[in-house]
Amino acid sequence: MKYTDTGKKDTRSGFGVGLLKAGQANKNVVALTADLKGSLKMDAFAAEFPERFIQCGIAEANMVGAAAGLAITGKIPFIGSFAEFVTGRVYDQLRQEVAYGQTNVKIASSHAGITLGEDGATHQTMEDIALMRALPGMVVLNPCDFNQTVQATIAAAKYNGPVYLRFGRPSVPNFTPEDQPFEIGKAIVMNEGTDVTIFATGHTVWEALLAADALEAEGIKAEVIDIATIKPLDEKAVIASAAKTGAVVVAEEHNMAGGLGEAVAGVLALNKPTPMEFVNGADKFGQSGTPAALMAAYGIDAAHIAEAAKKAVKRK
Amino acid sequence: MKKTNEELKTIATQVRRDILRMVCKAKSGHPGGSMSSTDVLTALYFNQMNQDPAKWTRDGKGQDMFILSAGHMTPVYYSILSRAGYIPKEELGSFRQMGTRLQGHPSVRKGLPGVFQASGSLGQGLSAAAGAALGKKMDGDPNFVYCLCGDGESEEGQIWEAGMFAIFHKLDNLIAMTDWNGKQIDGPVEEVAGEGDLAAKWESWGWRVIVADAHDFDAINQAFELAKAGKGSGVPTMILFKSEMGHGVDFMAGTHKWHGSVPKPEQLEDALKQLGETPLGDF
Repeated sequence: MKYTDTGKKDTRSGFGVGLLKAGQANKNVVALTADLKGSLKMDAFAAEFPERFIQCGIAEANMVGAAAGLAITGKIPFIGSFAEFVTGRVYDQLRQEVAYGQTNVKIASSHAGITLGEDGATHQTMEDIALMRALPGMVVLNPCDFNQTVQATIAAAKYNGPVYLRFGRPSVPNFTPEDQPFEIGKAIVMNEGTDVTIFATGHTVWEALLAADALEAEGIKAEVIDIATIKPLDEKAVIASAAKTGAVVVAEEHNMAGGLGEAVAGVLALNKPTPMEFVNGADKFGQSGTPAALMAAYGIDAAHIAEAAKKAVKRK
Repeated sequence: MKKTNEELKTIATQVRRDILRMVCKAKSGHPGGSMSSTDVLTALYFNQMNQDPAKWTRDGKGQDMFILSAGHMTPVYYSILSRAGYIPKEELGSFRQMGTRLQGHPSVRKGLPGVFQASGSLGQGLSAAAGAALGKKMDGDPNFVYCLCGDGESEEGQIWEAGMFAIFHKLDNLIAMTDWNGKQIDGPVEEVAGEGDLAAKWESWGWRVIVADAHDFDAINQAFELAKAGKGSGVPTMILFKSEMGHGVDFMAGTHKWHGSVPKPEQLEDALKQLGETPLGDF
């Protein structure tokens, strides 16, 4: 593999570093949390800019509205909580105050997916991408490692408009270049191949790279594309790679309904119908367990991606 | 230049005429709460707010801001914005029509001057107003943020989340108002949800609470002056305006039935006769 894990780190810590950098670069950046400052790694920002850190208590709905009000006055608010509580719990608030209201609010969504782990299904959302994709004008980002999350946070702060920034809790390989600027709307080709394309996002990008290694040993050359921006989707890159390889796998730590898989399927159905396989949480709730055990049990790891790739190749 | 009570009354009468003519033309809309809050918003825009349509920007810099949390009260809101010079009065006729800036509930998507935030899904505007008030404090902007809620709307839990937030962050530049008409779509508030004594509730939350007659301009202006005097106290103010739904027209007054219903042509004629014409002229 051409990538090296420089040491496992959690993507939420990447958000914490990115938030601090964004705050240093622009005095309008403010941060709000609903009693999850530590979990969201906002401590460094709060320590350096106490007057720009706004504790909202366990009241997420108000946090969304307050952020919208701050944005109207020219601030660039990042609101942080667990993914479920900044999406499903406050969907109507995000819809009216942020998306329809066109306020420059950044939704920092941590502990996304089942890799939140032991807390179980109440805290694990596998539906958030679907909810956020459905909002007109919402940008949906899902960076794959610590370094990319730092850069995605900085890019979100610079972008004028609502952004949903999804990241996670577990320590995972950190393998993308440290200072690679994040371009919203741009897919990143991680690994070139000719037999099958694996579109992956978030934690599944590393799993896809591992799968590509395993496939190569069996003579299958897999192209791995990091879909760090789920919306707006880099349709050109999706179509071009599908046309090149003729077989597609989409891997995500999310359920089937409304996820990246359906987004890619929609683009390919219109432009380049291609045999597709999906690696995701299907139509299920999560449960307690370690992140790795859950990813294996729900079929979202490298082994399942490799299997899906072989199936897709056979269907050519 | 402050308006006299007589001048305010003339504007309010014209606004009530606008409300009824708008909802009748659109064959939909919410006249009841619009008419209960007409006098309050007339006094606010014409005598109390530091606002200038010519200098309006959505970020509200250097001016007072107003957020309509009870977003269904668009008839009164748009009429006031028109009579205060934000939008031409002819535009009121486009209320709720395809392509209009005057959406059924406030929208910011077509850049309607005077509207700072979308609203309509209830219980959210006070949070946005609190956030804007905090933004003004961060910027050292001495102006106020006003927010109008409904009493029915105050059944939403988020209103009370915002109440806690505003007191915790010492938002003494936030002046909230409740149109306390005691009515909501399904009936009297006490029969629908048993909301209880809003004054006691807001006081227990730690807010400064003022209760005032929503149809007496002296009382309204006094309430606003008292509210503004709270600047520096570190405490937000809630003005509970005791009002009458459908105020100004006898067959509409005091009943929940006009929350979202539209008068028939002969009822409109009767209502306009009761209100009387003004020199300001209909749209």
